[in-house]
Amino acid sequence: MLNKLDAALSFHQNALRVRGQRQELIASNIANADTPNYKARDLDFSAAMKSALAGVSNAASKSAQTLNKTSEQHISGTPSASTSSSGAPGEPLFRPIIQGSVDGNTVDMDVERNQFADNAIRYEASLIMINGQLKQMLSAIQGQ
Amino acid sequence: MSLFNVFNISGSAMSAQSQRLNAVASNLANADSATSANGKPYKAKQVVFTPMATSSADATGVKVKKVIEDASPPKVIYEPKHPLADAKGYVTMPNVNVTEEMVNMISASRAYQNNVETMNAAKTMLLKTLTIGQ
Repeated sequence: MLNKLDAALSFHQNALRVRGQRQELIASNIANADTPNYKARDLDFSAAMKSALAGVSNAASKSAQTLNKTSEQHISGTPSASTSSSGAPGEPLFRPIIQGSVDGNTVDMDVERNQFADNAIRYEASLIMINGQLKQMLSAIQGQ
Repeated sequence: MSLFNVFNISGSAMSAQSQRLNAVASNLANADSATSANGKPYKAKQVVFTPMATSSADATGVKVKKVIEDASPPKVIYEPKHPLADAKGYVTMPNVNVTEEMVNMISASRAYQNNVETMNAAKTMLLKTLTIGQ
């Protein structure tokens, strides 16, 4: 039962985590706008989201990371999605250079500000969705 | 929690940019200091930024790597009445380029503003996250 509640919310939970990670990357690009030789980076959101969702469902198949069971009564531990996110898809990529600068920096402030605002709005959209789902569940539980 | 790290990243950038603004203020203040503690004219100072690792492996903050002295040649003006003038009447003045420093100042203050807004956006997002389920 609790498992189903968790599964219902896991999509947006993952979306919020990836959006947060992306926000952090863009903040680091904005912070390093004047650092020589800094290369701007960003997440491919759809790839990162896919690997985050796959990480949850494939976690049980990764035998190397599961906990050892020394007794029959132990529950089988599975690694969380955050520890198995070191795979190639969904890793941060370098942004293509639109207008290079003399000091080797590739941060384009217009692009970064755009993406930052866009990502913040989408983060809030996920929050609203998760709130809606919770309200839906509550009304189903209460039966009113 | 990656959103909290945004505060560290933007905060590091804000302190680095304010240090840059500090160097600009020092250069502008000393644009006419023909002599200093070591007897030579003041030399313009510039900060060098470098990425700084944070708790997250992918995202980096920024810090001031070092403060360098501008290597450009000093200005030489002809002013025979100046007490520091040499035998031919020339005075060596600081190598501060006032135009360059003004541009540097605007760039530093805009970068600072950008980071303040980044921090504010992250704060709003975190506060909204706290209202989940209410």
